[in-house]
Amino acid sequence: MADVKPRVKLPSSASAGEAFTIKTLISHPMESGLRKDGDGNTIPRQIINRFTCDFNGTNVIDMALDPAVSANPYIEFDAQIDAAGEFTFTWYDDDGSVYTTSNAIDLA
Amino acid sequence: MTYTRRETLVIGAGGIALLAVTPAMASVVEEAVAAFTGGAEIAEGGVEINAPEIAENGNVVPIEVSAPGAEEIMVMATGNPSPPVCNVSFGAGAASQRLSTRIRLARTQDVLAVARMADGSFVQATRNVKVTIGGCGG
Repeated sequence: MADVKPRVKLPSSASAGEAFTIKTLISHPMESGLRKDGDGNTIPRQIINRFTCDFNGTNVIDMALDPAVSANPYIEFDAQIDAAGEFTFTWYDDDGSVYTTSNAIDLA
Repeated sequence: MTYTRRETLVIGAGGIALLAVTPAMASVVEEAVAAFTGGAEIAEGGVEINAPEIAENGNVVPIEVSAPGAEEIMVMATGNPSPPVCNVSFGAGAASQRLSTRIRLARTQDVLAVARMADGSFVQATRNVKVTIGGCGG
C-alpha cells in the first residue's frame, strides 16, 4: 500500500532498567470487511494483523490485531533497556506487506 | 385480527430466529476464551481495563489494558459483530504488561480482557462502555 506510514515516539536515551513509554502509530485504513461501498458491494477486509517490537533481538511486545482495532492503529506500551541499541518495529498487513522502522537508543 | 396459517408460521420462525441470534454472539466470545485458556478456570481481577464510560465515537475508543505479571492478554469486544480485538504477548524487553490502543465498538457493550499470568493461571475483567455512535460501519 502506497500511503502506509509508520511513526514512532520514544526517548533518545534511557537509564538501564528504567521504564519508558513507546508510542507507535501507523496510517492504515484497517478495513474490517464489514463496510459496503456506494454500490452496495462489501469492501474486502484488509488490516494490519500483527505488530511486533524487538530490541537488540529480544522481543518486547508481539500483538495480534483483529478488525476491531481502529483505523490508523495506535499502540502504546512500556519498554526498558540494559544496553544501547536499536528498537525494530514491524507491522504485518493481511496482503503480505511488511512495514518496518527502527529507532536507535542510547544508554543514559 | 386472525392470522393465516402462513403468517403464523412466519411469525413463529422469526421469533425462534430472534432467540437464536443473541446467544450466538455470547458463544463466539466463550469459544474464544475457552480456546485461549484451554478450559482452565479464570479468576476475577488481576487485569485492569481503562476505558471511557461513554465513548462519543465508536470508531475510536481509547482503551488501556494492564495485567502486572501477565504473559499474554486477550481483549474482546463482546457486542461487536466480530468480537476479537487483539492478543498481546509481552517479551523480556517489556517494562510493564500494559498496552494502550484504540478500538472500534459497534454499540454499548462489555469489553473483556483475559490475561494469562506467568504461572499459567488466568484472570479476567470486564468494563462496560456506552457508545453513542457505533463504529463498525454497519
